[in-house]
Amino acid sequence: MLKFKKTKYISLDHTENKPRIAKSQDVIPSGAWVKCQSCGEAVFHEAVEENLQCCPKCGAPFRLTVEQRIEMTLDEGSFVEWDGELETRNVLSFPDYEQKITAMKEKTGLREGVVTGEGTIQGIKTAIAVMDSHFMMGSMGQVVGEKITRALERATKEELPIVIFTTSGGARMQEGMVSLMQMAKTSAAVEKHSKAGLLYITVLTDPTTGGVTASFAMLGDIILAEPGALIGFAGQRVIEQTIGQKLPEGFQRAEFLLEKGFVDRIVNREDLKEELGKILSYHQR
Amino acid sequence: MGEVGVKNGQEKMEAWDRVTLSRKMERLTASEYIKHLFDDFIELHGDRCFGDDPAMIGGIGLFEGQPVTVIGEQKGNNTKDNIYHNFGMPNPEGYRKALRLMDQADKFNRPIICFVDTPGAFCGIGAEERGQGEAIARNLAKMSGYRVPILSIVIGEGGSGGALALAVGNEVWMLENATYSILSPEGFASILWKDSNRAKEAAEVMKITAADLKELGIIEKVITEPEGGVTENPVMVIRQIRRGIREFLKGMSEKTPDQIREERYERFRKF
Repeated sequence: MLKFKKTKYISLDHTENKPRIAKSQDVIPSGAWVKCQSCGEAVFHEAVEENLQCCPKCGAPFRLTVEQRIEMTLDEGSFVEWDGELETRNVLSFPDYEQKITAMKEKTGLREGVVTGEGTIQGIKTAIAVMDSHFMMGSMGQVVGEKITRALERATKEELPIVIFTTSGGARMQEGMVSLMQMAKTSAAVEKHSKAGLLYITVLTDPTTGGVTASFAMLGDIILAEPGALIGFAGQRVIEQTIGQKLPEGFQRAEFLLEKGFVDRIVNREDLKEELGKILSYHQR
Repeated sequence: MGEVGVKNGQEKMEAWDRVTLSRKMERLTASEYIKHLFDDFIELHGDRCFGDDPAMIGGIGLFEGQPVTVIGEQKGNNTKDNIYHNFGMPNPEGYRKALRLMDQADKFNRPIICFVDTPGAFCGIGAEERGQGEAIARNLAKMSGYRVPILSIVIGEGGSGGALALAVGNEVWMLENATYSILSPEGFASILWKDSNRAKEAAEVMKITAADLKELGIIEKVITEPEGGVTENPVMVIRQIRRGIREFLKGMSEKTPDQIREERYERFRKF
């Protein structure tokens, strides 16, 4: 695996009303050893940092923060955030939900589970949405659905392609049926963007499950996935309980979806930017 | 319609009571509503990709003389039938059959009427292999773009994405004792509280009853059921649905196809 030098983080405007995008340090303390979920080896955190957040032993990609993903994907300094001010509401008056959101905001520095905006990839302007599994497992509530929908609608209006990086445990339980409605809302916005003849690329990252899989994640014109990413509709424990048997090795991994015909390509992190740039360039209008 | 949930001075029914009623095996299934509401129904089969899913039925029938496409998630009234229909839990080919029939409805300018009754899309190895997520997603996207009216009626259980895949309607109605939820109260309690025995409590906080969802603006209409549920007096329920469909179709016939599509988009956009 190619080793990359750690590049500088892009600078984002951190003045008030702008969310601070999570630093990786919020998630993994610097100088620590981390365990690779894929090969089980303990690896030095700095070595992971220098390897595009992939395991230096087995190459498995680690989960990224929004900031890391944007830095790896967009041309330096090109990102402009959209709709960063949207605030989560406790639509069902669910007990302790506000406290949970506040704690998540503090932990991640994000306001919600997705950041949207525009930027350039190898010089080509595109809309982008990046979900973050560190914020309540990237679950889709009203704000996540609204930001994705607004990004799709704005991309449709401005005739831009859109790239969405998905990672999600599914629907946001605390928002109940309002959360379910986000599936229909986002899918409808994808359909409008598609009917306008515009390109939509999804990049499925670990994990992409539930209501996000069953809506905008699987609707890309081109669907890419990171190696080993868990991608599916139902949770593995639920399936095992339903059918009363153990699941086969590799079930619901990116490679399994490729084999079954639900993913176009599995792309290594080091190649992803170039590949996205190439696909975007083939669809320039 | 009287105040939902309070009947003849009787105690207010709890959400869990409705969960129990909505799951009753004797409850009317999609095929029974189809039989009573549509004349000369012709059932059509298969998704043209993999197979024919008995958990999903569909076809063309006449509603007071007008051809309409009718689709429903089908449960059984006894254990044997229920096993055959997979307890109303469709596989991807079920959703793809529904999509095929809805595409035709759009092509031939027929209104679409869906009966929703499922614990959820089936969770199994084959379902995942054949892309359950993709099948549901495709229905959501395509349904949002149709230029014919869509009416969805939740008659029993409205389980999560598996229900929503038939419920991207211009209007969505529920029977009084039907439920519509993000997942089962058991699953909810198990995920959030690590205790599926707290399902009853979950049912209350989840807001899954017809009355709650009407109040939240998630559905347009509640169909009143007789005390003890629809089985006590099916005629009363079917009569209301028939009147409702008549009014719905009449209202929609005065709109342009683009208006019908845009109104449906806005209906979901507001969430």
